[in-house]
Amino acid sequence: MEIIKADVAIVGAGGAGLRTAIALAEADPKLRIALISKVYPMRSHTCAAEGGAAGVIKSDDSMTDHFNDTVGGGDWLCDQDAVDFFIAEAPKELMQLEHWGCPWSREPDGSVAVRPFGGMKNKRTWYAADKSGFHILHTLFQTSLKYPTIQRFDEYFATDLLVDDGRCQGLTAIAMMTGQMTQFQAGAVIITAGGAGRMFPFTTNGAIKTGDGMALAYRAGVPLKDMEFVQYHPTGLPNTGILLTEGCRGEGGILVNKDGRRYLQDYGMGPESPIGQPVLKTMELGPRDRLSQAFWHEQRKGNTVQTRWGDCVLLDMRHLGEKKINERLPFVRDLSISYLSVDPVKDPVPIRPVVHYMMGGIHTDINAATPLPGLFAAGECACVSINGANRLGSNSLTELLVFGRQAALSAMAYLESGASPSNDAALAAQAGEAQARITSLFAKSGGAETLSGLRKEMMDLMEEHAGIYRTGEGLAAACDKIFELRQRYADIELHDKSNVYNTDLVQALELGAMLDCAEAVTVGARDRKESRGAHQRLDFTERDDQTYLKHSLAYYQPKEPPHIDYLDVVITKSQPGVRDYSGAKK
Amino acid sequence: MSERQIQLEVLRYNPETDSEPRLQTYSVPCLNEWVVLDALNYVKDNLDTTLSYRWSCHMAVCGSCGMMINGEPKLACKAFIREYADQIRVEPLANFPIERDLVTAVEDFIAKLASVKPYLIPKEDKPIEAGEFKQTPTELKKYKQYTLCINCMLCYAACPQYGLVPEFLGPAAIALAHRYNQDSRDGGRDQRQEVIASHEGVWECSFVGACSEVCPKHVDPAGALQQVKIASTIDWYKEHLMPWVKK
Ligand SMILES: Cc1cc2nc3c(=O)[nH]c(=O)nc-3n(C[C@H](O)[C@H](O)[C@H](O)COP(=O)(O)OP(=O)(O)OC[C@H]3O[C@@H](n4cnc5c(N)ncnc54)[C@H](O)[C@@H]3O)c2cc1C
Ligand code: SF4
Ligand code: FES
Repeated sequence: MEIIKADVAIVGAGGAGLRTAIALAEADPKLRIALISKVYPMRSHTCAAEGGAAGVIKSDDSMTDHFNDTVGGGDWLCDQDAVDFFIAEAPKELMQLEHWGCPWSREPDGSVAVRPFGGMKNKRTWYAADKSGFHILHTLFQTSLKYPTIQRFDEYFATDLLVDDGRCQGLTAIAMMTGQMTQFQAGAVIITAGGAGRMFPFTTNGAIKTGDGMALAYRAGVPLKDMEFVQYHPTGLPNTGILLTEGCRGEGGILVNKDGRRYLQDYGMGPESPIGQPVLKTMELGPRDRLSQAFWHEQRKGNTVQTRWGDCVLLDMRHLGEKKINERLPFVRDLSISYLSVDPVKDPVPIRPVVHYMMGGIHTDINAATPLPGLFAAGECACVSINGANRLGSNSLTELLVFGRQAALSAMAYLESGASPSNDAALAAQAGEAQARITSLFAKSGGAETLSGLRKEMMDLMEEHAGIYRTGEGLAAACDKIFELRQRYADIELHDKSNVYNTDLVQALELGAMLDCAEAVTVGARDRKESRGAHQRLDFTERDDQTYLKHSLAYYQPKEPPHIDYLDVVITKSQPGVRDYSGAKK
Repeated sequence: MSERQIQLEVLRYNPETDSEPRLQTYSVPCLNEWVVLDALNYVKDNLDTTLSYRWSCHMAVCGSCGMMINGEPKLACKAFIREYADQIRVEPLANFPIERDLVTAVEDFIAKLASVKPYLIPKEDKPIEAGEFKQTPTELKKYKQYTLCINCMLCYAACPQYGLVPEFLGPAAIALAHRYNQDSRDGGRDQRQEVIASHEGVWECSFVGACSEVCPKHVDPAGALQQVKIASTIDWYKEHLMPWVKK
């Protein structure tokens, strides 16, 4: 097996991974950096982000407001020390991107422009039209090309972490073009492998978002934190799940039901703001969890519009006019016309809530360190947590940058602290086991299960029982069933026996990761007997700070469902209060 | 929802077992609103798990799914079934070596992108604390179009010159260099020009304009090429005929 030695190995070359790699290369030009990714960096799903990235820069905004918006938006499940750090670093990171050439949209005087976003008291979202993530990703990728010490391993699929002597010392990955297993031996490993929205059938997430990075850490004994918190975005196209950014509402788009009523006012987010003059933190600019929940209630009341693709509400942007739509939301217009045959300039667009983002992920601290020495994580796959029970839109892109850089600095400090030499034989043996696991997948024949069949069962379970509203009964059933799927997974047969670009194998490995993540979601949700942020229980409708002002930690067990433990939330200055999104009281 | 039975002819090639590529036909029940990528996914999930192709975003922004559809370079996730007859042929992107099925080798393209120094080389040093480089909406507009490239390589598949002279830098790489050259914050044009004005740079382009026609993001790489070529010509004259004039 080929062995590649590096000082730091990074798994994932999206926004978080690229920011990490650049920070390492800048800090020490002698470091050997291996940047490993199952797709070419610019294919990473950061490219799909539309709306923008939050960071305080304007004089009418303040760090205190960003803090309060984030912590309240997260229903007080955020670690407040981490939020403080995040907010302080945010403007510096976004400014750094400006200096690297990111084409941020501008004010007439040439300064960077900001737009309003849901749940934010002031305008603070930096944007590049409605392709912000795309431009961030390409700016980072292009900037990374400056640094010869960043050695890329594009289209390498990471399969296992190598852990010896109680610390992470590398990983194994399959070179997809040849099928060869490769052993990366590294002083430190940083996982930046993105989210896991593909556990659900209806999602804004691209095909690559299968929770691989979470599963890597989880199987190596690192807990997954707060996995029960899955964010629905209120405005997805009903046939494909393609996202229409929150920027649509930030620019003044409104949500109406079948009677043309702006129904959000009936769910504590009113009174109605004037059309085309959005009021921050009310109505359409409420937080995502509340908006998605309001849809569910409208559906139950029969107030939704029937479409070929199921029940919808309408996102009306017509009053913005063609000029503004073309200038601020050109991609949204293009997507609606192409994929739904609706032109937002002329007609309201049918939309419905869609699975979007994982608040939970690999348990990390404020330094982006996991409990396993030598292992760090950042980006959507990690859970610090600054997002708590519900992420505020536009905090994630900033999080990639702030904690991507932090992971790099922490890994360097760890390397400098001087680890003892590695036991090469032990690592090679582990890599051999990883290889054997893949070989055995190939060897199986006559298995009764199909990959797409199992995947569909998992997705259906998640949609039915782990969606916007959940019940104890449903979740218990889902837990049993997912555990059963995990067993049945052992019975899938690979029909593609080729070594070259074998996507049958890749999909099988991805399904394995998703099943592990899905179990952490359902077990965490079953055991959290309260309603908080994106986790809403019909049988426990109130937030219960007495018992559950805590992060959940799911520990992997090979032959059993995960074991759940809890960890106190760090509260420094904001005591849990009421989340108020009613304009009336302000 | 209207459904149509499509005969999807797909180029198959496995270097481990096939001596040459062959076409395989799948009969796929397609919804009219589907894109060709949905049909391929149907095949993968229901008919033949051994089919290999790249995709991720399904919204024409990640640039993974470029392929020849009925002989034209297209994004499979933005090629609507409704625009095709009942038989659709899908092949890997032209002008790139086939690795397997619809998967091509893209290293050459990536290396070309990297070669043009596609990053900001600031005109002036400025610490982060000093704030942003000011750039007016008009200055932004000057290069914005060229930032929209998703690296899908459709323009390379359409370019007759790249097919003939593989060393040619090609449309997207030159458009990317032009993007930074046109950025009011940038001062790196001379450095980039060295790469671009070299033999395999812009001079190979015969202005067929096929690249701009197939570009799904309206980047207009042909326009960028033309501008770069004019600028290079002026540089050449200044250097050779008017050496006293500073570039
Ligand atoms: C449609 C959409 C719109 C969004 N809009 C916004 C917005 O406006 N503002 C905002 O703040 N956030 C937004 N988000 C959220 C945000 O974009 C994501 O959370 C963020 O981009 C994730 O970045 P990442 O670097 O963590 O992961 P990704 O960009 O997904 O990258 C993951 C990387 O890991 C690699 N990888 C994964 N598994 C493996 C493996 N097994 N082996 C090797 N490599 C692997 C992949 O190849 C990839 O390079 C949006 C999300 C979506 C889906
Ligand atoms: S210029 Fe257009 S066609 Fe060429 S790679 Fe970029 S987006 Fe694709
Ligand atoms: S799948 Fe991303 S461009 Fe087609």
